[in-house]
Amino acid sequence: MSSPASKQIDSATLWGGKISPLSISYGKLMMWFFLVSDALTFGGLLASLGFAKFSNPENIAAWPAGEQVFTHMPFLHGPDDVYPLLYVALMTFILIVSSVTMVLAVEAGHRMDKRGVIKWLTLTVVGGLIFLGSQVWEWSTFIAGPDGNLSTWNDNATLQHNVYGGEYEPIVDSHGHTIGTDVKSYGPTLYADFFFFITGFHGFHVFTGVLFNIIILLNVFKGTYEKRGHYEMVEKVGLYWHFIDLVWVFVFTFFYLV
Amino acid sequence: MSATAHAHHKDSFITKYLFSQDHKMIGKQFLITAIFMSIIGVFLSVLFRIQLGWPGESSSFLNTFLGDTWAPEGVLNRGMYLGLVTIHGTIMVFFVLTGGLSGTFSNILIPLQIGARDMASGFLNMLSYWMFLLSSLLMVYSLFLETGPASAGWTIYPPLSVFEQAIPGSGNGMNMWLISMTIFIASSLIGSLNYIVTVLNLRTKGMKMTRLPLTIWAFFVTAIIGVLSFPVLVSAVVLMIMDRTLGTSFYISDVIIGGEIMEQSGGSPILYEHLFWFLGHPEVYIILLPALGLTSEIISTNARKPIFGYRAMIGSILAIAFLSFIVWGHHMFVTGMNPFLGGVFVFTTLLIAIPSAVKVFNYITTLWRGNLRFTPAMLFSIGLVSAFITGGVTGIILADSALDIQVHDTMFVVAHFHVVMGLSAILGMFAGIYHWYPKMYGTMMNTKLGFIHFWITIVCAYGVFLPMHFVGIGGAPRRYYDYSVYQEFDSIQGQMILDLNVVISIFAIIGALGQIIFLFNFFYSIKKGQKAVQNPWKSNTLEWTTPVEHVHGNWPGELPTVYRWPYDYSKPGAEEDYIPQTVPLKDGEEDH
Repeated sequence: MSSPASKQIDSATLWGGKISPLSISYGKLMMWFFLVSDALTFGGLLASLGFAKFSNPENIAAWPAGEQVFTHMPFLHGPDDVYPLLYVALMTFILIVSSVTMVLAVEAGHRMDKRGVIKWLTLTVVGGLIFLGSQVWEWSTFIAGPDGNLSTWNDNATLQHNVYGGEYEPIVDSHGHTIGTDVKSYGPTLYADFFFFITGFHGFHVFTGVLFNIIILLNVFKGTYEKRGHYEMVEKVGLYWHFIDLVWVFVFTFFYLV
Repeated sequence: MSATAHAHHKDSFITKYLFSQDHKMIGKQFLITAIFMSIIGVFLSVLFRIQLGWPGESSSFLNTFLGDTWAPEGVLNRGMYLGLVTIHGTIMVFFVLTGGLSGTFSNILIPLQIGARDMASGFLNMLSYWMFLLSSLLMVYSLFLETGPASAGWTIYPPLSVFEQAIPGSGNGMNMWLISMTIFIASSLIGSLNYIVTVLNLRTKGMKMTRLPLTIWAFFVTAIIGVLSFPVLVSAVVLMIMDRTLGTSFYISDVIIGGEIMEQSGGSPILYEHLFWFLGHPEVYIILLPALGLTSEIISTNARKPIFGYRAMIGSILAIAFLSFIVWGHHMFVTGMNPFLGGVFVFTTLLIAIPSAVKVFNYITTLWRGNLRFTPAMLFSIGLVSAFITGGVTGIILADSALDIQVHDTMFVVAHFHVVMGLSAILGMFAGIYHWYPKMYGTMMNTKLGFIHFWITIVCAYGVFLPMHFVGIGGAPRRYYDYSVYQEFDSIQGQMILDLNVVISIFAIIGALGQIIFLFNFFYSIKKGQKAVQNPWKSNTLEWTTPVEHVHGNWPGELPTVYRWPYDYSKPGAEEDYIPQTVPLKDGEEDH
């Protein structure tokens, strides 16, 4: 634990052995180095995306502009209901709020406030689950069209465009309900490859983060950390959770803004 | 977990030898596994050297080991030739020289030399070993698949590695390769995290960073390089798995196999090469730095002189680590890279010669006028310095894009990297085994057999790789199954190349047989070797202050306190020619 006293130790003593020079436990240090490593995995993937886009002029022309990637909102599917960025902005907001609740959980842990940790960690788990649910809806919209075959579209005659520039036509029954989609062409699939892989890879990280949070939450319930005398495990999963958040900011930037 | 807590419980066979969390046992597990992997790796090289030396000739030896499927009538199958080359490279690079070298010596030496009871996390350490073993077994298992092992070369470039239709080895063999490597990377990551935090957090009192033996500096920086570069290989591998299984096209565009147009398009195999070599080049130093670290310690101890330029050595390790991340393009000069960008990579690559030369000169100046003691470990260390210089010189040729384009993908490249990273690192590993064997097993290896092993190894290694440079400059491409069928090899020069291949193969076979001496020495000495004394080499570092018999927590009593750097050899005014790190400075005595 860092305390004001540790700042007064001169660097010769700090690095002189027997004590942790960075004033943190080995477990937290390991988590930091793991995050650096994971950051490079995502760095490799996002750099690949940039490489694919900018090494091929055809791709620059054919790939969708960031703000037009996803313009749908749940329950709204009229021809005028085009909301650039709104849905993903909402997803981002939810994830960032879950980071705030995580900070509060860590802070409650410092005060050894078991009930506080339970409250805020539960909210973090809920935030993570909402984010994952949102991603499921976003993906299914991409794959099956807005609201799949449950939607009632007015402009059933025109071709719709999917995210990777392909075209599809809604299949409409006699009552005017859309019951499916008829894919006419798939456009440049490389963009979709990257989109689904990178957001999926991030989603997988969120999923594991939620799992870790649930495991830690169960331990908090059992009183494991109360007995141990500190809530450092909450801090460690907290670091992971913030990292996932930070990565999302970059994923968001590279897919929806650039 | 504090190591004192588990200092007193009794071990069963399972907790002592199988699921051990003790760093010394885990180190030995890594070593034994790596020895078995290297036996396989070397054996595979003997098999394909038989084909290269005597192409098309029937050999009952091949038929015995590869059977009628892969060596019908004693002639090696073409697909299997590529498989052997691929798995030989993979095993030697990753399983022997990365997992084996770092895993063994980081585990054994880090806690012992920094004065810690154990690694930071014994459990993760154990996990790291078991994942290493699992990935090793998967890789070996892939040799026995019906369609053969992965055959696209150890760099598994797409599109060859992506399409099952391309070669038989790109079927399940490739899947096994990818799965095995993913597990291997996880093992390496866990191990590296452990090494880093152990060095940072668990140094004993007085063990400043500038009092660490150079071995520890090398392992520490190696682990950091691993943590930064392996994850990028993870990205490359998972994208390839997607291309192979889900029909994405990250690495694929416009491929026609056997007249059939593949569906995938839009990607680029160059992307894979960038991702792969971003790991691939640091990987060279992940292999080399631990060997250089071991050598620093051994040369100083056996020259009875302080290492020359201790801080310069640390600086050059850090400089090599930094530069290793910005030179990957020199593997890709012929991919159509912009010549200006190529020029940048030439520049950064040539810069690496500076810290490398600093290290070499420091070794030579440490030896200069030293009171040399020629133990087998010392001979292997000097052998490393020799191989490092030889390989470094040809490295300058390959770093220069104009020259590299001429010899790209020839046997010259093969010879270069075998000398500079393969041979150097394996000599360093042998040196480390001979030197720290008494610490590992409490007995000494036989010195005479050590000398014989060294001379056979070094003569055969140069006998293999020196002619290989000429073969490469003469125009022999790498990974070719049989040169003699090409018209270009009908000339006198061509015949010379074919003859040199025979010479290389003979040396390779003798060199491989010579390793039996080492294996015998190693396993025989565990039980029957001469009993070791506590500090057989009169060395300064902390591991020699522990009892010969291993104890949990390394030191029976208090942890030692460190008062000086590890290289106080032949210090003027001292009674003996070495002063262990635990001896306090005398009045008026200067620190180094």
